Amino acid sequence: MSTPSNRTLNAVELQVNGVAYPVAIETSRNLSGVLRDEVGLTGTKEGCDDCECGACMVLLDGQPINSCSYLAVQAQGREITTIEGLADGDDLHPLQRNILAMGGVQCGFCTPGMLMSATALLERNPTPTEDEIKIGLSGNLCRCTGYAKILDSVAATAVEIS
Amino acid sequence: MTLTIATSLDDILAGLAQGARPIAGGTDLVVGSRQGKGSLPDTLIAIDRVAELNTIDVGADATRIGSGVTHARLMTDTTVVEQFTSIADASALVGSPATRNVGTLGGNVMNGSPAMDTGAPLVVLGAKAELASTSGTRTIGLDELWTGPGQTSANEDELCVALVIPNRPTASGSAYVRLEYRRAMEIAIVGAAASVEFDGDAIGAVNVALTAVAPTILEVTGLNGIVGSALDDATLAQVAEIASEQAAPISDLRASDKYRRHTIGVMARRAVDAAARRAAGEQIAVPVNRALGVGAVQ
Repeated sequence: MSTPSNRTLNAVELQVNGVAYPVAIETSRNLSGVLRDEVGLTGTKEGCDDCECGACMVLLDGQPINSCSYLAVQAQGREITTIEGLADGDDLHPLQRNILAMGGVQCGFCTPGMLMSATALLERNPTPTEDEIKIGLSGNLCRCTGYAKILDSVAATAVEIS
Repeated sequence: MTLTIATSLDDILAGLAQGARPIAGGTDLVVGSRQGKGSLPDTLIAIDRVAELNTIDVGADATRIGSGVTHARLMTDTTVVEQFTSIADASALVGSPATRNVGTLGGNVMNGSPAMDTGAPLVVLGAKAELASTSGTRTIGLDELWTGPGQTSANEDELCVALVIPNRPTASGSAYVRLEYRRAMEIAIVGAAASVEFDGDAIGAVNVALTAVAPTILEVTGLNGIVGSALDDATLAQVAEIASEQAAPISDLRASDKYRRHTIGVMARRAVDAAARRAAGEQIAVPVNRALGVGAVQ
């Protein structure tokens, strides 16, 4: 991105996975970069940096957003959930357990974003149809799996939790 | 650069008067800056937490949709889905769930792209834009608002606060269809919106507007000839021909001008057909593209 016209740092507190993180950042910084480089949570990936691939998907007040193209300062006062917020200690979230068990992870780069979209989908619709799962994950690209195993693991999770 | 999070419309208008630029979801502004299309404005004011911009108010004669209402809400809101269905059709096709969660109606309209999905529906529904600044409020037609690709006639200190749409007559319906190569994260190759009102069994009124075939959204003229006709194959063929004739498309990496000119006729015909079926009481789920298999297949 272009060089900011000045380098003024903003003292901002970001609420991530229930923890408050004070950071000092420039206004132009994107949320994915701040999560990775300032907060230190590198589960969120940067793929296209163009709002196309969904690797950077996080939840903002429970709804998925592309964090590569969202200004971090604009997330003040909102609850951010990243992939690190899904597991309960060592107990994996059912979505994580199922996608591993069902072979929905190959290179793994898209997985965090996929699971954040899936989390939001199941939160608002615990019994999605196959088409609703496809629409829910339509902002997430995977170049390895061919999607079938990912979709299967979301469907299996829906059955498990509903 | 700085960003201030506004909590009231007065905050926003005062900020704009001092040269700040508005940001809602940032799905055009921030993405554009990261693609190198332009740098971010030096002073930004975030408008997405201002309640006054997030309302849908049904009045006696018109419905006022706040500019901050997101696509995710437009595609499911009962008033929009039942009364202004073409807007719901269009909003459901924008980007992905993530884009629709933060992308807004006002952002789509003021970004001024000729490929904007909500533009053609707003035109066929007769919407006007309400622009506010510290010096007052004015309401203008969309033909006056959009002046070219990415350009509007709004002053720098004006914010689009709402789109105002006349309430719908009985026996009317609207629809938006678009040509797309994939089912998500797509921009219209071409698209068409239609509004149809029946007078008995005949067409009482018809409006058609076209997406991505001219420097701005193009309202089709000369459809008076089919008013009074039945909605049959010959009428739909006439709509397709008129739409193709009036389109002024360009060639780019997404499609050639010839392909756009041909397919816009097909989209216009399908939009009128779907709008008429809705006007006749048929329930066609939002978006038409998915319900009727108009767009990209899986």
